[in-house]
Amino acid sequence: MRDRYGLDRSLPEKYLHWLQSIARGELGFSVAYNSPVGPLLWPRARNTLLLTVTATVLAWLIAVPVGTWAASRKGGWADRVAAGATTALLGVPDLLVGLGFLLLAVRTGYFPTGGMVSIDFAALGPWDKLKDVISHFVLPVTALTLVNLPVLVRHVRASLIDVLQAPFIQAARATGVSERRLLFRHALRAAANPLISLLGLSVAALLSASLVVETIMSWPGLGPLLIEAVVARDLHLVVGAVTCSTVLLIAGNLLADGLLYLVDPRLRPTQA
Amino acid sequence: MLGLLGLVYLSTVFAGFLAPDDPATQNRDFPFAPPTRLHVVDGTGRLHVRPFVYGLARPSGAFEEYAEDQSRIYPVRFFVRGAPYRIAGIFRGDRHLFGTDSPTRLFLMGSDDYGRDQFSRFLYGGQISLFAGLLGAGLSLGVGVVLGGLAGFYGAWVDETIMRIAELFLALPWLYLLFAVRMALPLQIEPAEAFLLVLVVIGLIGWARPARLIRGVVLSAKLRDYVVAARSLGASDLYLLRRHVLPQVLGIVLTQGALLAPQFILAEVTLSFFGLGVGEPVPSWGNMLASLQRYSVLSSYWWMFLPGVALIPVFLLYYAVADAFHQRSGAFSV
Repeated sequence: MRDRYGLDRSLPEKYLHWLQSIARGELGFSVAYNSPVGPLLWPRARNTLLLTVTATVLAWLIAVPVGTWAASRKGGWADRVAAGATTALLGVPDLLVGLGFLLLAVRTGYFPTGGMVSIDFAALGPWDKLKDVISHFVLPVTALTLVNLPVLVRHVRASLIDVLQAPFIQAARATGVSERRLLFRHALRAAANPLISLLGLSVAALLSASLVVETIMSWPGLGPLLIEAVVARDLHLVVGAVTCSTVLLIAGNLLADGLLYLVDPRLRPTQA
Repeated sequence: MLGLLGLVYLSTVFAGFLAPDDPATQNRDFPFAPPTRLHVVDGTGRLHVRPFVYGLARPSGAFEEYAEDQSRIYPVRFFVRGAPYRIAGIFRGDRHLFGTDSPTRLFLMGSDDYGRDQFSRFLYGGQISLFAGLLGAGLSLGVGVVLGGLAGFYGAWVDETIMRIAELFLALPWLYLLFAVRMALPLQIEPAEAFLLVLVVIGLIGWARPARLIRGVVLSAKLRDYVVAARSLGASDLYLLRRHVLPQVLGIVLTQGALLAPQFILAEVTLSFFGLGVGEPVPSWGNMLASLQRYSVLSSYWWMFLPGVALIPVFLLYYAVADAFHQRSGAFSV
C-alpha cells in the first residue's frame, strides 16, 4: 500500500510526482476518494463559480443604484437609512446569514434545504431540471449577496461622493447639465475606476464567504469539499482545493484589471 | 465605545462570578429547556419585590416539552454559593452573582442538548472566542508591524523579499488558507492547545495586509523632511524608528487592530463551528453554534442562535472603535 500511494518515496520524489500529476491535470491523488483530485475538483469549482458569479452580479446590481442614490442625497434621510442598514448588515457574520436562510428553508419548506439537485433529478425533463437547480440555488445566492452587499454599497457611495466634489462635476453643473445626467453620465463613469478595482479586491472576501455559505447550506462547491478533506486529512485534496480557489481569485483579479483597461481610457498607453 | 467593548471583555473574564453554573455541568433531565422566564407577579396576582422563577415540568411527559410548574416559587437569589471557579486562573471563588434553589435551574439563555446552561457557556465561550480574536489581531499586527516596518524602513532587497512573501499570503482566499494550515496540524487536540493553535494560525495568516499598510506609512514617513533632517543630524536608525516613525504608525495599527479582531473572532467561530477549532467540553461561541448543523435543533430551539446573534453587537462595537481610532489618527497625521 505504501508503494501504491508512493508513500515510501523521498520528499523530492513525491513533489516531482505531484508536479507531474498537475501537468496531467490530476493535481495529485485523493486517498479518501481513491481517485485523482482533478476530476473531483472541476464540478465543485464550477458550482462555486456559478454561486459566486451570480452573487457578485446581483450584489453590484443592487449596490450601484443604492450607493448612487445615497451619494446623491448625502446627509439626507435616504442616505442615513442606507448607512444604517449597511452598518447593521456589516455586523452580521456570514455564518449567521447562512444559518438564518437555512432556518427559513427548514421552517417554511418553500425551498429545499441543501444540495444542488433533488433526489429524482435524473428522472426530470430538461425544463424541470433547470427549475430544480434554480430552487436549490436561490437561498445560497441570496445569502452570499447579502453578505457582500454592505461593503459594496459603502464603497459605491464613498467613491461617488469623492467624484461629485471634483472640479469637472462642478463645471458641468455650472453649464446647466441636469442633476440626473450629471450623476449617471458623468459621475458614475468617473467613479468606475475605484469601483472596478474594488471588484478585484472583493473576490478574496467573496470566496471566503462562499466557503462558509456553501458548507452551511450544503451547496456542492469547493467549500464543503475542502472541509471534508481537512477532516479526512486528505492532503492532496486540500492542496488541490486551495490551489483551485487561488486560481479563481487570480482569475477574478485579472478580469477586473482587464475590465478596468476597457472602461478607463486614462489607463491605455497613448499612441505616439 | 472602547469602554463598552472593554466591559464586554471584562464580563467574560469574570464569567465564573457572573455565570450561575459551571459550563460543563450537565442537567440531563433538562435538555433543550427554553430560557427560564423571570416573574414578579405570581398566580394569585401578588407582586413580589424579588423576581422569582417556577420549576420546570413536563406535563405531557414528552421529551423536551416543558411547562412551568407553578405550585412552588423559587426566588432568584444574589451572591449565592455554587460551583467553585477561578477568575483569570488565579482567584478562586464560589460566589455567583445570581442563582436559584435546587432542584430548579435558572437558564437565562436556555439549555443545550446535555442540559448545560447556555448563559454560563456563553460567558465562558466568550473567553475563548473574543480573546482569540483580540490576541490573534495582536499577534498578526505584531508580525505585520515588524515585517512591514523592516520592509519600509530598509527598502531594497529586504522590502522585495518581505513584500513578495506577503503577496503570496494575499493571493490565497484567507479562509481557504486558514483551513489548509489547520490541515497541517493534528486533528485531535486538547482544548487549551487548540485555543493556542487557533490563535497562532489566525495570527500568522493575517499579517500580510497590515504589513503592507505599515510598509506604506513607514516608507512615506521615512521621506518626510524632518526625518531626513534628523538623520542628517546623525540620529540612529533605532532613534528614528522610535521617535519619528512609530508614532505615525500607531494610529494605523490601532485602526487595523479594531478591524482585524472581529474578523479573527469570526475565524475562531467558523473553525470551531466546523469542529476544527476548540472542541467540547470547553465552550466557544463557534462550537456552541455547531449543534445548529442538525436541522432539528435549527428549527426548534431558537435560543441556540444566541451566541451567533451576540456577534453582531460585538462586531458593531469594534467597527465603531475602528472609526474612532481612524478619525483620531487622521487628525494626528495630517
